[in-house]
Amino acid sequence: MSKIANRQVICDVLLEKAKEDKDIVVLCSDSRGSASLARFADTFPEQFVEVGIAEQNLVSISAGLAKCGKKPYAASPASFLSTRSYEQCKVDVSYSNTNVKLIGISGGVSYGALGMSHHSAQDLAAMCAIPNMRVYLPSDRLQTECLMKALLEDEKPAYIRVGRNAVEDVYEEGQVPFELDKATVVKEGTDAAIIACGEMVKPAAEAAKLLEEKGIHVSVVDMYCVKPLDKEAVVKAAENARAVITVEEHSPFGGLGSMVSQVVASECPKKVVNLALPDAPVITGTSKEVFDYYGLNAEGIRKTVLEALD
Amino acid sequence: MSNLKALAYELREHTLDIIMSGKAGHIGGDMSVMEILTELYFDQMNISPENMEDPDRDKFVMSKGHSVEAYYAVLARKGFFSQEEVVSQFSQFGSQYIGHPNNKLPGIEMNSGSLGHGLPVCVGMALAAKMNGQKCRVYTVMGDGELAEGSVWEGTMAASHYKLDNLCAVVDRNRLQISGNTEDVMAHDDLHERFRAFHWHVIDVKDGNDIGQLKAAFEEARETKGKPSVLIANTVKGKGSSVMENKANWHHKVPSEEELAQIRKDLKERKEALSVE
Repeated sequence: MSKIANRQVICDVLLEKAKEDKDIVVLCSDSRGSASLARFADTFPEQFVEVGIAEQNLVSISAGLAKCGKKPYAASPASFLSTRSYEQCKVDVSYSNTNVKLIGISGGVSYGALGMSHHSAQDLAAMCAIPNMRVYLPSDRLQTECLMKALLEDEKPAYIRVGRNAVEDVYEEGQVPFELDKATVVKEGTDAAIIACGEMVKPAAEAAKLLEEKGIHVSVVDMYCVKPLDKEAVVKAAENARAVITVEEHSPFGGLGSMVSQVVASECPKKVVNLALPDAPVITGTSKEVFDYYGLNAEGIRKTVLEALD
Repeated sequence: MSNLKALAYELREHTLDIIMSGKAGHIGGDMSVMEILTELYFDQMNISPENMEDPDRDKFVMSKGHSVEAYYAVLARKGFFSQEEVVSQFSQFGSQYIGHPNNKLPGIEMNSGSLGHGLPVCVGMALAAKMNGQKCRVYTVMGDGELAEGSVWEGTMAASHYKLDNLCAVVDRNRLQISGNTEDVMAHDDLHERFRAFHWHVIDVKDGNDIGQLKAAFEEARETKGKPSVLIANTVKGKGSSVMENKANWHHKVPSEEELAQIRKDLKERKEALSVE
């Protein structure tokens, strides 16, 4: 398993780019350690802004910097960044159209037993509902690198959610299929389609492998671009399948499942089953224990696919 | 100087035209903030339609975004758009002249309206200027009721931490908000001490509707090094006519025909008196 967490890759990419581009500025809210950005702060102190534990300030200051030509990357726990600073994301970033990249770290249930105050089970719903906001959940370190490099080239707002822990690679080094805002087909298949994002892509691919052994051909789509959703990829996957299964580390409302369902219902009606966290306080445990409990693992996804096809 | 004093009254008349046409407007705060905006736009700030692409221009964020009618009148007079266009389009279906600032319009840097955003955004702008070695200054105007927003104090804290002496905030201290007296709604009569506690340079402007006093205060702020400055500008809500001065119910109100006639008469008289000064 890769020892490198997605957050670390974000720091690596920013470190590399900041050497040449002095307009790149990283901002943290007492979060440089958890964001793996301490190395950036040490290497480029003049391109680093600490705002203290003040997420609203983090986002507004980033917007002001962007308005004056800087390229701010604001990193803070996804739970606080997405909803405590929601007003600032809406008005100062989206409505004012400032080039702020919001990095939601320790997303989903990464913080495990720290509990529901630290989980971000609503960030996709919140961020997707803001016009002019793009929402990305890369699946592994390799895709994170591609995504960050692509986002460094544009001047529009975006929210990027990554988890805390290292995740196994989905792709192979040097051969990462990536096009910005286009989903990646991890595996082709015709019986069912699994559409997943973030850390759920790897177990989805494993589930597909288990099903393949039993002669069930399942496609796996890595929808790292939750918004703008790659509708074409959704339709293509759904058309070829008897059922669509969405998998996400998020509340069952307003995230990937809701968005995929909208497209499938209007373009190519099919059964859609949404595998997600519950609409309830998440059980206490490590993120792995939580995933296992709610079936957000290869076995749980495999079972859900079989039930959907039943 | 006397020209700016009279100009502030002329712009009040223009503000009134915008409000009457759109049948909406935060008239009380428009009138209290007028000298602050006039002194900033016509004396202090290096901002014009010609230099909006110049990174060295001064920056301004209207944090008390509800006083947008006064802001539109000032920006129109500066030549960013025409007063006639604002009057004909304000609050109309599909218009860009919305009831709060919108940066799709020329001259407006940031969208605002949700309170407590201007100061933290200006912290970012002032930081950028420091990082880039630019000499420009950054200004924001907040309402006094707005200071109950916690985000204002997050921005205040960061501004002094980063020693942003290129940042100057103005509090339009008109002592009234929609529900009544600011001290009854959420007391902050010790405003000066609060900003001092955050290591800001505090300048009391005894009469925040006096162009001369404002000019002196902005110049003191410009000379202050190592810390940000705030002007506590003691203004009169509804300034310009006895019909609305110091009356909380004029926070958002469209005058009746009778009231309008009296307000127009009062504004004209004061403008004419100041024109000959």
